[in-house]
Amino acid sequence: MPVRPTAALSALLTAALAATALTACGSGSGSSPNTLKVSYKQSTDNSVKVMDTYLAGIKKEFEKKYPGKKVEFVPIKAPDSEYYTKVQQMMRSPRTAPDLVYEDTFLINSDITSGYLKPLDPYLATWPDWKQFIDTAKASARGEDGKTYGVPDGTDTRGLWFDKRVFRKAGLPLDWQPKNWDDVLAAARTIKQKVPGVVPLNVYTGKPAGERATMQGMEMLLYGTGDGKSDPLYDSGSKKWIAGSQGFTDSLKFVESVYKEKLGPDVSDALDPNYATTVMGELLPQGKLGIDLDGSWLPQTWLPGSGRDWPDWSRQLGLAYMPTQHGQAPGKVSMSGGWTWAVPAKAGHPDLAFDFIRTMQTEANAKKWYIANSGISVRKDVAADPSYATAQPGIKFFTDLVSSTHYRPAYPAYPKVSTAIQEAMESVTTGDASADKAAGTYNSTLKDVTGGQVAQK
Amino acid sequence: MTPYRRITRALPLSPAVVLLLLFLAGPIAYCVYIAFTDLQLTGQARASFVGFANFRHAFQDPEFRNAVWLTLVFTVLSSLVGQNTLGLALAALMKRASKPVRTLTGGVVITAWVLPEVVAGFLLYAFFRREGTLNAILDWLHLPRQNWLFTLPILAVSFANAWRGTAFSMLVYSAALDEIPSEITEAAEVDGAGGWRRMWHITLPMIRRSIGTNLMLNTLQTLSVFGLIWVMTRGGPGNRSQTLPLFMYEQAFQNSMIGYGTAVALLLLLVGSLFSVVYLRLLRTEV
Repeated sequence: MPVRPTAALSALLTAALAATALTACGSGSGSSPNTLKVSYKQSTDNSVKVMDTYLAGIKKEFEKKYPGKKVEFVPIKAPDSEYYTKVQQMMRSPRTAPDLVYEDTFLINSDITSGYLKPLDPYLATWPDWKQFIDTAKASARGEDGKTYGVPDGTDTRGLWFDKRVFRKAGLPLDWQPKNWDDVLAAARTIKQKVPGVVPLNVYTGKPAGERATMQGMEMLLYGTGDGKSDPLYDSGSKKWIAGSQGFTDSLKFVESVYKEKLGPDVSDALDPNYATTVMGELLPQGKLGIDLDGSWLPQTWLPGSGRDWPDWSRQLGLAYMPTQHGQAPGKVSMSGGWTWAVPAKAGHPDLAFDFIRTMQTEANAKKWYIANSGISVRKDVAADPSYATAQPGIKFFTDLVSSTHYRPAYPAYPKVSTAIQEAMESVTTGDASADKAAGTYNSTLKDVTGGQVAQK
Repeated sequence: MTPYRRITRALPLSPAVVLLLLFLAGPIAYCVYIAFTDLQLTGQARASFVGFANFRHAFQDPEFRNAVWLTLVFTVLSSLVGQNTLGLALAALMKRASKPVRTLTGGVVITAWVLPEVVAGFLLYAFFRREGTLNAILDWLHLPRQNWLFTLPILAVSFANAWRGTAFSMLVYSAALDEIPSEITEAAEVDGAGGWRRMWHITLPMIRRSIGTNLMLNTLQTLSVFGLIWVMTRGGPGNRSQTLPLFMYEQAFQNSMIGYGTAVALLLLLVGSLFSVVYLRLLRTEV
């Protein structure tokens, strides 16, 4: 049969549709030798300008220090998971690679393995300030080859934020410190009963929340199961991911209880990709959330000049450690991550990029940054500075957690494992699957995404 | 024609051919190649050739099968039933309507069509969300409200796509209906054929080709809808509105598996060609 023009047309059309969908690529701009391109993550909340303000100051200082050089920012305004994707795509080609990128330690190992990043050891060796960084932080940006690929600009810890206004109405103690998971759920049930119109307990969940769900949600639970010593997610001895642990199912059961008993936000709100912005920007300041399992950085949303000033937050919010499952030793759990500044392997001006890092990481600028973004210092000199420790309430609480915190096994398979965890959480959140069934699905997905590197517990 | 003349005649076309090869055929060939590798966005030093592994993986993947099913539901509901039927109905009704009514209806429908996909997505999100317009209307009518994007996500996005794409069908069918000579319709009327009979025996057979073209274009366009669904539901909740383009995006860019994502894209292309073949077959039968 001769091909009809319509058939040829349709084939061409289909191909063109697929081709445009798949190969959309940005055009590279020619970069001048004196321009430094810096990519960073811009908040999706328009009123939060902490990073923008801080970097604008550094740019001014840098351009003054290096006459003739210019800094051009390439801000990426996107939720976390889309930010990573965008940066990785940019780093693939020398035409689009910025000179400096802001990398989450969550993905740094994966990007190192891909060859996206440049080892910084030659620069670090001659940089006196590097000695001020604590070892765990240095390790977070070290590849399996032993080289360091990023300069960390802080870490974070996690715990329970609670609203004293809500607690007062619910008749709960204002110096609340739950001893185990049941205490947390019990408090949420009391709030649900006595303070209608308030979300009793927020635990981030599901794929829309991305890594936020994995880290602030699931892992804050999971690392509080078991003996508190061995890693419940990854066995570093055998280099295998752990499947089928009781702790994993128990953690899912906790999430299930939160959403099944309607102790958490409405499921459709919880699965809104911008829910975190609502929590920080609206629910907490307006006293509409009882307990929030969240990170140390929340106050940056409320600092003066952030656009959502809430100077009163420290009087209205309380802080409690997240307890372990049954209150077993060490009694409290925290997870830590953080971000680093890294130089892409295909950057045009790596030397200039490192100079920019040095400008950001003078002691004074580092301190300014930690205070501005409510970060937990990974520099000894800043941590010892009383003006940092007293800069805002809560810093001491979260800095103390560093001693009992856990770091994620951020190996190349981790992002996929994380997605599998989010899917498991989401299916118990929506009620699509029971905790046991979701754990079963997770086990088989885990095998799939790690290439079979799985140990049964 | 001598070979020499043939070449000189083809010469002016050559830049276009080169550009097509470079920017259309090139990327497509590259995509096909990638679909047979395990290329990742991150976490891998070098990609290697894996043969049909990606395709085998897709057919074993329950999430892929779920996406194929949802894509079919979405296409049938929003394109075949929604855009086509609605477009034809509107075109037929507008042919009889007075001029002001025609202008007004046409204007409204076409506005939905010219809106950028993302804007349309946000509008429909605002319509369906828990505190949205639809629930406000239901409240006013004292009917039970619900969170449509959560309870019936695939229906909501299908409705959105029909809402957005009907204008195109309407325009195609308006043009086709205008082509029907009025004598034929009048003759049928004189013979005593009612509205439905005229539609079934005269109008539809006469615009058969337009129906085929319209179905094909609508279907291909609907199969690739991404922005609308992404804005409204992100494929959620769970995977309950995750059609193939969204599944492909998730695999390629969120799970970093570019090779697998591309393989899924090729399979999507296959689904599109299947639809096209079916339409072409339907078109061939002569009346």
